[in-house]
Amino acid sequence: MKKVIIVEDYCIACYNCEVACVATHSRSEDPVKAYKREGLRGRTNAVVEVESPLAFSSMCRHCKHPWCMDACISGAIQRLDNGIVYLDEERCVGCWGCVVGCPYGAAHPNLAGKDKHAFKCDLCIKRLDAGLNPACVEACPNKALLYDETIEREEVHT
Amino acid sequence: MLYKKPQIQYYPYIVQRDDNKCVRCLGCVEQCSYDATFYDEELDVLWNKHEACVGCKRCEAMCPTDALKIVPNPSRPIEHASWKWDLVMDAYLQANTGSIIITGIGNDKPYRIYFDHLVIDACQVTNPSIDPLREPMELRTFLGRKGQKIEITESENGKIALKTRLAPQLELETPIMFSAMSYGSINLNFQESMARAAVELGTYWNTGEGGLHKKLYPYAGRGIVQVASGRFGVSRDYLKAAAAVEIKIGQGAKPGIGGHLPGEKVNADIAETRMIPPGSDAISPAPHHDIYSIEDLKQLVYAIKEATRYEKPVFVKIAAVHNVAAIASGIARAGADVIVVDGFRGGTGATPKSVRDHVGIPIEVAIAAVDRRLRQEGIRNEVSIVATGGIRSSADVIKIIALGADAAYIATVAMLAIGCTLCQTCNTGRCAWGITTNDPRLARRQNPDIASEQLYNLVKGWSHEMKEMLGAMGINSIESLKGNRLRLRSIGLTEKENEILGVLPAGE
Repeated sequence: MKKVIIVEDYCIACYNCEVACVATHSRSEDPVKAYKREGLRGRTNAVVEVESPLAFSSMCRHCKHPWCMDACISGAIQRLDNGIVYLDEERCVGCWGCVVGCPYGAAHPNLAGKDKHAFKCDLCIKRLDAGLNPACVEACPNKALLYDETIEREEVHT
Repeated sequence: MLYKKPQIQYYPYIVQRDDNKCVRCLGCVEQCSYDATFYDEELDVLWNKHEACVGCKRCEAMCPTDALKIVPNPSRPIEHASWKWDLVMDAYLQANTGSIIITGIGNDKPYRIYFDHLVIDACQVTNPSIDPLREPMELRTFLGRKGQKIEITESENGKIALKTRLAPQLELETPIMFSAMSYGSINLNFQESMARAAVELGTYWNTGEGGLHKKLYPYAGRGIVQVASGRFGVSRDYLKAAAAVEIKIGQGAKPGIGGHLPGEKVNADIAETRMIPPGSDAISPAPHHDIYSIEDLKQLVYAIKEATRYEKPVFVKIAAVHNVAAIASGIARAGADVIVVDGFRGGTGATPKSVRDHVGIPIEVAIAAVDRRLRQEGIRNEVSIVATGGIRSSADVIKIIALGADAAYIATVAMLAIGCTLCQTCNTGRCAWGITTNDPRLARRQNPDIASEQLYNLVKGWSHEMKEMLGAMGINSIESLKGNRLRLRSIGLTEKENEILGVLPAGE
């Protein structure tokens, strides 16, 4: 399955992936409006981790056997036919099971808004349908995020 | 202390932030390697220390919402015809430090740029121009000693063979090479990018004096290795791997000055490549301590030729100085296959500003003088001439070849191709574009996959343009343009300048 590949050697911590992620998942699809009017600051699925000189952007790995899905008590997290692990925010009850369960820290609690629900990367499912790359990949200026075929690992965590 | 000294308070740049657009992504904070931007969590505001800004525009380029602009501070020292603001700032700075002012890149003073006073000829009616897209057009050229004559033998079955043993030649698909930039002054990512681009373009790149990193040995077949006064990284394998060896006598940005890579920049990798202890200063003396005459140079040239079994051309690189023509003549007679002349607008990683801006002569004049002198002495065929230091465009390459060069080296423009904004702070080792730094946090900003493609594109584009210009002149090979000064005319130069360049004024 095609996933976002993290090339940590070339991540420059510019945070453009974060901004692109927030903008893509906003109503306006405009970064300034998303941050300033829609209050989506911090609602990024791609999170840049920096421990200088190392930096990388991390987001959901869309595991074959997602632990977040196992932990989900409401059935909000499903693995779609195309392999995307999708979190339906409408059905999420905010138990934070996925937040605790994800070994990559890729599921986040939405603590800012009124609706207490978790959020995570949907691999820009809308953009993929339109034939585009995920927004973070498109925004990366240094090819530190690539959208490509990955080798499926059967058991990631034992 | 609230009081700030003038050289701090009259800072040259202002970071303008459009707060309506700033989304506080903090990218600019991370990107600025000069600590000119920081985030105040308490106020949720991004502040800028304008006095720390060097004007490299990295933050501006990386801002996802176009909220940043770096603009000249309108309140920097008020200047008049004699006292430009940077001179005033330098005086303030030195009054406080008592030190030499070190800077990077090349001469930025408004000396006459002869390229901009030369125009190129084109065919009209009486002789046909050539369309390079439809007809053959050759940019291929060879660097190396050409000899006086060649002899051929014809066997009985009519087969023709070369009897004369030719001197080693470098074959260039386009007469543009990447100039010497050492590992240490730049980082490995950029050097690898140049190497990859050179291999793809069928031209050559130069290691500079910092040795050849083991990772780059696969690209050494298109590499020219340097033997400079510090002799860093010179070994049997180093000489053996390369396509040619370049003896560096001088550099256009700092004629007569040596080099100094401070110990704190010499990390384990650089130390291994340069073959010096980690953390020790890498000092290139001003002269080669074994070269005090043309005869001494000859010894080194032939020592290298012996070491490489006369299989590789030996370059000698000098800075363009007042009597460059006589020096070049001596170098030709010392046995060099190629003479590289570096003009005073050539760049560097670090040089005293006073030397950079006031020592040396322009490349256009130097090449014209060297070419004429070698022709007069009947030894022009014995050496190739490579021009570097101030080549800015494809037209500059055409003009310098018409003035007598065989090929050109580019470096500053190669850095521009991968993001350099000429902020002239290469010497600090904090290049925010990740070019002239080995800080692992910054060096990763150059991804060789991207940078090599950009370098390739630049040279490819120039080559196309050169073909078009040659076609317009009705010439189908770059070889026919070499020293062809009749294809140039000058505008606004004095009679003496025309005489030195060997060109006619426009209209004549």
